[in-house]
Amino acid sequence: MKLKYIISILCVVLFTLSCSTDDDTNSILNEVEDLIKIQDINNNTHTIEFFNKTGKFETGYNAISLRIKDNTTDTYVENASLNWIPVMQMPTTAHSSPKSEISKTIGMKTVYEGFIVYQMANLDGSGWSLSIDYTIDGNTYNASSDIVVMQSEFQNVTSFTGADEKRYVLVLRAPEEPKIAINRLKVGLFTMETMMSFPVVEAFRMTLDPRMPGMGNHSSPNNTDLTYNSAKQLYEGNLSLTMTGYWVLNLQLLNAAGELLKGEPITEDHPKSSLYLELEF
Amino acid sequence: MKKLITAVILVFCYGFIVAQESNDTKKDTTKLEEITLVGRRQLSNYRQEKTLSSIDDYLEKSNKITMIKRGNYAWEPAMNNMNSERLNVTIDGMQIFGACTDKMDPITSYVDVSNLQKVSVGSGQSGSENGHTIGGGIDLQLPTAKFYQSGLKTSVDLGYETNGNYKTGGLDLEYSGDRFYFNTDGIFRKSDNYDAGDRHEVLYSQFQKYNISLQTGYKLNDKHTLDAAIIYDKATDVGYPALTMDVSLAEALITSVTHNYANDSTFIESLESKLYFNTITHVMDDSKRPIVPIRMDMPGWSDTYGFYSKAAMSISKHTLLVNLNGFYNRSLAEMTMYPNDPNQSAMFMYTWPDIRTLYSGIYAKDVYAFNEHASLSAAVRVGFHRNEIAKKTGLQSLQIFYPSIEDTKHRVLSSFTTDYTFKKQHYDVSFGVGYGERAPSVSEGYGFFLFNSFDNYDYIGNPTLKNEKALEANVKANYHKRNFHIGVETSYFYIMDYIIGTIDESLSSMTIGANGVRMYSALSNARIFDVYINSSYKLSRSFSVNGTIGYNYGTGSNDENLPLIKPFTYIAEVNYSTSKFNAALQLEGNGNQSNYGSFYGEDETPGYAILNLNLGNKLIIQNNKVVLKYGVENILDASYSTYADWKNIPRQGRNFYMNLSFVIR
Repeated sequence: MKLKYIISILCVVLFTLSCSTDDDTNSILNEVEDLIKIQDINNNTHTIEFFNKTGKFETGYNAISLRIKDNTTDTYVENASLNWIPVMQMPTTAHSSPKSEISKTIGMKTVYEGFIVYQMANLDGSGWSLSIDYTIDGNTYNASSDIVVMQSEFQNVTSFTGADEKRYVLVLRAPEEPKIAINRLKVGLFTMETMMSFPVVEAFRMTLDPRMPGMGNHSSPNNTDLTYNSAKQLYEGNLSLTMTGYWVLNLQLLNAAGELLKGEPITEDHPKSSLYLELEF
Repeated sequence: MKKLITAVILVFCYGFIVAQESNDTKKDTTKLEEITLVGRRQLSNYRQEKTLSSIDDYLEKSNKITMIKRGNYAWEPAMNNMNSERLNVTIDGMQIFGACTDKMDPITSYVDVSNLQKVSVGSGQSGSENGHTIGGGIDLQLPTAKFYQSGLKTSVDLGYETNGNYKTGGLDLEYSGDRFYFNTDGIFRKSDNYDAGDRHEVLYSQFQKYNISLQTGYKLNDKHTLDAAIIYDKATDVGYPALTMDVSLAEALITSVTHNYANDSTFIESLESKLYFNTITHVMDDSKRPIVPIRMDMPGWSDTYGFYSKAAMSISKHTLLVNLNGFYNRSLAEMTMYPNDPNQSAMFMYTWPDIRTLYSGIYAKDVYAFNEHASLSAAVRVGFHRNEIAKKTGLQSLQIFYPSIEDTKHRVLSSFTTDYTFKKQHYDVSFGVGYGERAPSVSEGYGFFLFNSFDNYDYIGNPTLKNEKALEANVKANYHKRNFHIGVETSYFYIMDYIIGTIDESLSSMTIGANGVRMYSALSNARIFDVYINSSYKLSRSFSVNGTIGYNYGTGSNDENLPLIKPFTYIAEVNYSTSKFNAALQLEGNGNQSNYGSFYGEDETPGYAILNLNLGNKLIIQNNKVVLKYGVENILDASYSTYADWKNIPRQGRNFYMNLSFVIR
């Protein structure tokens, strides 16, 4: 009986010890433990490592974590300030995409984060490149490389011209894991000011009509219009999904004055809006 | 769990310390019309028109009961113009719930006539002994152990019907010894599509099923016996011509253990305690339908655990019955649809999101006999009812429609009834009044996009429904003199918070081609009335004539007719019977259904009348008995459908049948 206790205590002690040693040595590496590396971009001095949940860039909203390794000391830089420019090379021109600033991930030492919205992709994933300008202790550096961006299976981003002749990019942010429930739908809306500048559009409104084309364009109740949340710089509303499967989220975009910029109401003769996003679960 | 076990042990111990088999008045009459307020009828299949008739056919012969038909199998009983949700249908006191969201498996489809001894039918609140009800209770009673020392008895039944090439075979073995009893039987039924009148084949009306059961009893001593029963019923390939889907599997396992105590000299004269478990699997299937808007799978499961313990006592002029019962049910059904576009993934939802129902209640009945002519009875049932949505997805999916609901809902249910009976040599009368409540059914409370082909709407359950309540009054009177008999029976129900689906224009139907969505809600009240008059006259020792007419009426507080209300009905019969031979010519019909519930998607069903001829011979060779029953149904091959035929599917045309039974001792 006593032996039993001693053994169990020993076990507990051993476990705690082994855990704590792990923590000490691997604490830095663990900051990206749940993420999968997408790729590295190098220059002579540093290696910039890119991570996300899937390990690849795809069209739509990409939340990206990155960190900078000093090639000489093999340590991760904790005090950099970064800026990035994604560029799509077209046959005659080039353009960028909506993106966030890069900031240090809260509670972490070496990991920085931000998002990029890739609004299009070539079938083979080519065409996009990513350039990073960063500053460490007053010294500026640059690293850039081609990147591979694959087409998502469903339309989670769309770019279009509104009735006001402006170009817009609309992207699905949430739900990431849709449920048979009332989901919180979050979308980002950007306008294409120039080929390289995509600021967030504020104070517009969107109507929502989710449909299942596979079920005779079945709709769902208690959906709400999407309104602008200035704190999150996103449009939010309720999205009811009555079953799993393929859903088309039909939208109509109205500007601050309530004028319709894009999209149509759904009728029997017009089963799909020209402005829509897709999801499947 | 521990508490439950302790309670069960206590109940059983109590049985040993205390009380025989309740004094059933086993009426042995053939006329089901005579099912009274609390009617008990021996299921002597040799006295029926067909020895091998199904439970459905059997029940339909009763005045009060109509079978709603979605095909040629698994008919849904309705009593006093109320069906499943408003009835309490039990098997030997055991609660059992169908696993189909579309009511394709009423529990009467999971037992066969060979399993049962008698059917006890209680109209209205007089049927509340086993549970809460509005329209009444039907208890399908299993045989109790008989220690007759009669040895082994074997019977073989064979049946054939020309319409639908319907074959039936049954085997029954019974052994009754001094202390040990067993009865085992198996029955197999198979039918192809039947033909309606004018040889018009009704597609998808085939079925096939078998049922086996085993009942044993052991007599521990003069006062204590232990019974066990197992019924296994499996139907495959069942077509439902009125629906868009068929059934590839309907399977039930029904088990119970019963302890009986009987002692004439103690306060408690009998105590019967039962523990039971039953499980049902139901799988709908559309693979045999060539054209469907979308392919889908719709399986459902229902498991019930329960117990009851009932005691009978008599103190001077009082006869008391107390029944304590409880059950726990789990109902789960889901639907997976496969889009016609193979690139889209399957669509899934819970149509019954794992609903757990816990009920426990107590029933007490007292009959006080003033004298040999007059008696007064009163009965009360009080119970606690709780629903829980066990699947989180299920709760969230219902919250799409009812954002503020929680996963559990408690209800207290009560019912009360009293009646006065006065009997003289040539006449008897009884008056009764009652009040009853019921909780919404799983579909009414929690169903999620249940398609109802009757009105072509999808239905959404409503967890916020109030209890449905009914006030009821009934009168029954009989007069008989010499060879003449006349009886009248009438009941009136005033139902408050009557649960029914109402159209919500804002909702989009899920089922392709449906007209829209109805949400279960309540009418402030509904009124249902029925009256039956039956009469018979004995012309001679062997010849008799009898007839019944009935009228029903049902309307809601929205001034709309309720659906599925029986129109004017009539039956007339000429009987000839001796101990060796019997014959009956029957005319049966309905008047035009003019008060149909168009508001609820019902259409008018024209009147009809059909003629049936039943014949029977009985032969005794040494100790063995041969019973032959044969006849023609719908002799004139009329094309017709009744108000109770789902979507007006036509009833069977002319049918020749023959049932042959051997009883070998």
